[in-house]
Order: sequence, then structure tokens, then C-alpha cells
Amino acid sequence: MPRHPLHDVAIVGAYHTRQARVLEGVSELDLVLEAIRGALAAAHLAPGDVDGLNVRSSVWRLHAREAVPWFGGRPMWTGVTLGVEAVLEAALAIACGMCETVVIADAQAGAYTDRASTSPWTRPTNEFVACFGLYTAAEFALIARRHMHLYGTRPEALAEVAATIRNHGALHPDAVFHGRRVTPEDVLASRMVADPYHLLDCAINSEGGAGLVLTTAERARDLGVQPIFLLGGATERQGMAYVGPPVWDRCGWSGRRAAERAFAQCGLAPADVDVCEFYDPFSFELIRQLEAFGFCKEGEGGDFVMDGRIGIGGECPLVTNGGLLSFSHPGTAQLLQKVTSAVFQLQGAYPEALTVPGATVAMASNGGAGALFCDVLLVGWEQA
Amino acid sequence: MSERPTIPLPRPTALSRPHWQGCREERLRFQRCRDCHAAVFIPQPVCTACFGPHLDWVDSSGRGTVYSHTVVHRPQQPAFAVPYTVVIAELEEGWHMLSNLVDCDPAEVAIGMPIEVVFRPMSDEITLPYFRPARR
Repeated sequence: MPRHPLHDVAIVGAYHTRQARVLEGVSELDLVLEAIRGALAAAHLAPGDVDGLNVRSSVWRLHAREAVPWFGGRPMWTGVTLGVEAVLEAALAIACGMCETVVIADAQAGAYTDRASTSPWTRPTNEFVACFGLYTAAEFALIARRHMHLYGTRPEALAEVAATIRNHGALHPDAVFHGRRVTPEDVLASRMVADPYHLLDCAINSEGGAGLVLTTAERARDLGVQPIFLLGGATERQGMAYVGPPVWDRCGWSGRRAAERAFAQCGLAPADVDVCEFYDPFSFELIRQLEAFGFCKEGEGGDFVMDGRIGIGGECPLVTNGGLLSFSHPGTAQLLQKVTSAVFQLQGAYPEALTVPGATVAMASNGGAGALFCDVLLVGWEQA
Repeated sequence: MSERPTIPLPRPTALSRPHWQGCREERLRFQRCRDCHAAVFIPQPVCTACFGPHLDWVDSSGRGTVYSHTVVHRPQQPAFAVPYTVVIAELEEGWHMLSNLVDCDPAEVAIGMPIEVVFRPMSDEITLPYFRPARR
């Protein structure tokens, strides 16, 4: 198997905070601190062990350097990126010897107050976008519509994806939509937001946070926890999000090159992936990623997702915690929750009904074609 | 008496001002690379095909087709009357822009449909380029 610097790094702790549509009386800083404490406890580590930080929050705009004093001034490295990219950034800092143990945490609360408009982080400000009434759902709808035109992808396939993922969340006790089962027919009958997207095809809005701890693979073995090793990862960008038209010909396969690099770093292929914690802002985006990452051929994603293949017992379990559609969608912390979910799944920390039996390799992704970026991460139970 | 809130209008930058100035004159302008002749939009400081530094502002015919579309029922903010149709317009010169399709029943919009630009003044400074089904 090829060697890569990422292989010398492991995730040793993962945590998600309380999640709810609105967390009354809870501040973002409360959530960030809860995420830090929770992730460190899961890793059997203490604040004094931390020498690298990437902690942030959306509304408060916490910067990692502000948090260095919380750790007695010991952290000497701080990161600035989000989600999967933040994990890669921290891992490379560890692999390069700039620090040994990094805490990553992110949270959001109190961001969505004007409910007459779509949530503020979905609304573009750009001069070529905002004036035409665009927002995230419409941007991603333009991508889905083009794929439906090119390949005949049906609304029923989108509804199957949304229902399957939402039903995973229904079984997760910490999900915002715990207990809320839906059928594909419910998805198709829900009110239209931006066609082809119905309400239940779209991510929810909520508040909460998440945290992770990374350290060297060597140290990870001595902590008395199941390390989840980094196997591969890469980023891919087609430009700034929401400043121009999401033209399928230019961004439709976003993430393909990132996935090819990540798989090449560890000698694995899509068939080796047991759990897919893919980014799920909107139902079609999963179909697109399955095609872009090579789990099925171009244009065949709509058929691929049918017949239970993406359920917990299927060959390609997708978004096993309910994701942004049901578990939670707290600002940019949701990017990190793709990685925490992959870790929980491989550590066997999920309820039995959501546990993929014998899973040893998971793939997480952030971003989608409508946002002109797509980052991927491969993690595993064993070191590469 | 409360006024209807207004939609967010563009604030031109040094890079984009020629485009918006063109709209005021009912000319739909994009950039053309003097070296490789690629059409460039949104406005850029260099050619996105060859990195060439010489970009000229030129007028589009304003004619094209619908590349993709979505009919929006949940507005970005209350100032937008629903439903409204968002399109990616593919212009004859081979470039794309976001806009709204107007003077068209949302049920009639389809990929490949011929469309043409129509200008609507929104303020002293800003005229927005919309599209409607082609009449020519």
C-alpha cells in the first residue's frame, strides 16, 4: 500500500453537542466549550495535552487564536479552515511535526432570526446572483435540473435519497428530527421550494456543534481508545461559491479529482468503502457524488440509489446519522459532522439499528457542485 | 404606509462597472480575450482559458437558450414575488449568466428554449438584464 503523510495521523476523539432547531439560552461559546470538552474526554486526553487548535463559531466569529489562552497558551499551531479541509490541515500540521495533538471544534447558535427570509448563510450577496433571487436551494436545483435533462434522472430517485437519509435520522436519538419517519411519497408531496426540490429534499436549519481530536498514529495507540486512522483526503474547488452560474459542464463532476487522489493515496477504490458520510444539503447532491466519486457510472446514480442500496443494510450505506436532512445543520459545524459521523460509525458508537456491521472504511465529503467545491476524506479502522 | 421591500441590487465594482454601465445602455456586455478569443463572464482580471491579460468588453447579441432552470416558490427574501423563474442563460457567444425568465408561464420553461435579453431599470444606476422567450 502507498505511504502518505496522512497515514501517520489518527482521529482519537469525536463528539457532537446538543442539536436542536433552536437551543434556547445556549450560546455559541457554550457549545464550542462543550464540543472541546466532549472530544477531549472521548480521546482520554486533557486540555494540557493540546498543542494545536482550530476552534471557531459562526455568529460570535471565534478565531482559533482567541482560544489559545484557554489552554494556558500552550497551543503553538492554529488552523483556519472548515470541516474536512480542517481535518486535512490539522493532520498535515501533525504529520509535519508542527504540533502533536489538535482539537477542532465548531458551533453555531443564534444565526437564524429573520424567518421570513431563507437562513442568512444561504443568501448570496454577490452582484450577479443576489438580485435574481438565488439562494443555496436554487443554486443546487440548477445543477439537479441539468442532470435530470442529460440523464433522465427522476424525481422519485431524489425522493428515495431524501427519505432514506431522513429515516436514518429518525432512528438517531440525538437527531433534531428523531422519530420523524418519511416515505418517498411524503417527500414528493411536500411543498415545492425550488423545483425539483421539495421541502423534504432540502437540509434543515438547526443549532449545535461538533468536535474532533487528532494526534499521531503512534500516540493514538496508547490512549485506550479505538483510533480512526486517516487513509487519504483531498480538496477540489471550481471557484467561489454563489458568485456566478453553477454550469454543469464546468462543475458537475466536482469532487471526482479529489476522490481519485484520496483513493490513490491508500490504494483503495469505491468498492472498499463500507460507509458513505457524504454531504447532503439536497437530495440530488448524493446521486451526483456517487457518480463523481466512482461508486457508479455517470448518469446511473438515479437507478443506483433505489432498492435499498443506500440503506444501513445495503451495499452503500449513505449518511447514516441522518445528516443535514435530519440529524442537524448548524452552520459550518455541519461540515465537521460528516467526519464525526464517520468516526462514530467505525468506532461502533451508533445505535444498533444504524450500525453498519463490520465497517472498517468510511468516506466523508463536504461541499457540492452548486457550491463549486467538494472535499473528501477516507478514514479506516486500521492504519494504511 | 409601509413600502414593499426592495430586492438586493448590485453594487458595481471597478471590475464589473463596464457590464452594469452597458445594462444602463441596454447593451449586454461580457469580456472577450484578445489572445484566444474565449468569452469570459463573470468579469475577471485575466482570461479564464489562457491567463491572457488583454480582455475587451464586447456586446452580446442578447440571444441564447435556457441551459438550466428552477421555479422558486420559497423566496430568498420577501421582496421577491413568488413564483419566480431562475435560469442559467447560455448566450450565443458561448458564455453563461444567471438571470430570471420573465413574461413566461413557469410551466412553459424548458432547457434549450430560445430566449432573449430584456432590460428593466431598477434605480438610477442599476438596470437588470432579464430574459424572456425569444420573439425573433
